[in-house]
Amino acid sequence: MSTPFYVSPQQAMADRAEYARKGIARGRSVVVLQYTDGILFVAENPSRALHKVSEIYDRIAFAAVGKYNEFENLRIGGVRYADLRGYTYHREDVTARGLANVYAQTLGTIFSSAAEKPYEVELIVAEVGSAPEEDQIYRLPHDGSIVDEHGAVAVGGNSDQIGSYLDQRHRDEMTLGEALRLAVESLSRDNNGGERQLTAEQLEVAVLDRTRPQQRKFRRVLGRQLTRLLSAESSAEGAAEGAEPSETETEE
Amino acid sequence: MEANTRSTGRLPAAFLTPGSSSFMDFLGEHAPELLPGNRTLPPVQGALEIPHGTTIVAAAFPGGVVLAGDRRATMGNVIAQRDIEKVFPADEYSAVGIAGTAGLAVEMVKLFQLELEHYEKIEGAALSLEGKANRLSTMIRGNLGMAMQGLAVVPLFAGYDTDREKGRIFSYDVTGGRSEEQGFAATGSGSVFARGSLKKLYRKDLTEQQAITAVVQSLYDAADDDSATGGPDIARQIYPIVTVITDEGFRRLTEAEASETARAVHERRLEEPDGPRAALL
Repeated sequence: MSTPFYVSPQQAMADRAEYARKGIARGRSVVVLQYTDGILFVAENPSRALHKVSEIYDRIAFAAVGKYNEFENLRIGGVRYADLRGYTYHREDVTARGLANVYAQTLGTIFSSAAEKPYEVELIVAEVGSAPEEDQIYRLPHDGSIVDEHGAVAVGGNSDQIGSYLDQRHRDEMTLGEALRLAVESLSRDNNGGERQLTAEQLEVAVLDRTRPQQRKFRRVLGRQLTRLLSAESSAEGAAEGAEPSETETEE
Repeated sequence: MEANTRSTGRLPAAFLTPGSSSFMDFLGEHAPELLPGNRTLPPVQGALEIPHGTTIVAAAFPGGVVLAGDRRATMGNVIAQRDIEKVFPADEYSAVGIAGTAGLAVEMVKLFQLELEHYEKIEGAALSLEGKANRLSTMIRGNLGMAMQGLAVVPLFAGYDTDREKGRIFSYDVTGGRSEEQGFAATGSGSVFARGSLKKLYRKDLTEQQAITAVVQSLYDAADDDSATGGPDIARQIYPIVTVITDEGFRRLTEAEASETARAVHERRLEEPDGPRAALL
């Protein structure tokens, strides 16, 4: 048996982080935004069957980017954790903070264990409260840290640019339509500043809607409703364009 | 302990193992002590004095199904509870009503609801109505040991089948044997009288409101002849729980709606104590 080369711990960790980051950056992004009535999740995802955004529990949802089998495992683990906790105690005792902690421990242990390859995933765990101030959004990078986020957050390839674009334009008390259109705008910007057109078929959209009467606040926005919300912008623009000339007319 | 996350705090392997979409299977592997069927009882002499729930009835109508239950729980000769709830939503399109040992029944319903929700979240699609009925069957079979010691739980399961677009009813025995009922069904101590009553009142073409009235009538008849079934309690404003499942999903009648029907039935009975009469021939 030959003696392995010495690699400094710093170098080993940097390599692992680099590996995970590259894997994550290959995928399309997911953005999560707060709006008046809840939290909105938008992912660029042409698949109808493989989800990047899903329900965990009554008020908690999960979004992920990176390697599908890895985050799918974590999602199932999260659902099991939440359901078991709710069954053992009470539905109210399942919190996003608790779930985020378990995820962070899991990701952190895997990241620093030399025997396992680091997960190439970045997660978001969000919980909708009874008021916007009580909403919680946690971002969980590949290394097991937790970042408490407010307003809007992006993960995945190109997330820095998308994130700063969102930060500049996101404000509190946006309606669902406004938040959705801002999210789609941010996702459709290319690395080099160009713009692509994203249609309803390429988007996976879901909300945690605090106004929903059911106990489970998670709802997917699909089909006609999605198209209507997306096109509200163009019709509003059309109305504005229609309104402008009449204004100038009255001015004249 | 609840997640058994051990020293590192990370999710244990059982949580991250792909495969089963069943919460009960997961419990069986990870925390078998939490499964209701896994408890052993010491041998007991005679009947245990614990609250028992009584009569549940269901009736299908074009476009949906009604599931209702009275509000009484008895403990031997004593009325243990006047306002117990024995009919629960199982998920968006189904409901379950349970007769038998109240404590076990409530736990079983909780686990059944979770089982359906868990599957739906993991798979991204709901179970078929048959699938749901079979899961309930498995759970009752798991309770067989307790049933043989007098702690039986016998549910009635009703739901709207979104594929076949109609309401369906499943009844069970204590061994988990499941059979689909045509039209109407009843379970619990007053079920004999309720079924007799429904037999005379039920028609295939009932409207939703008529089906509701028919099941409330049958519960009234059950309470009339069975001491363990509670009739509408006008003094305390306690009325049967009535739920309706249609293509719009599960709906429980509000207190006001349930009391309106129950009072109407009661008013008529003041004139005709035996209720509506069927034609002789």
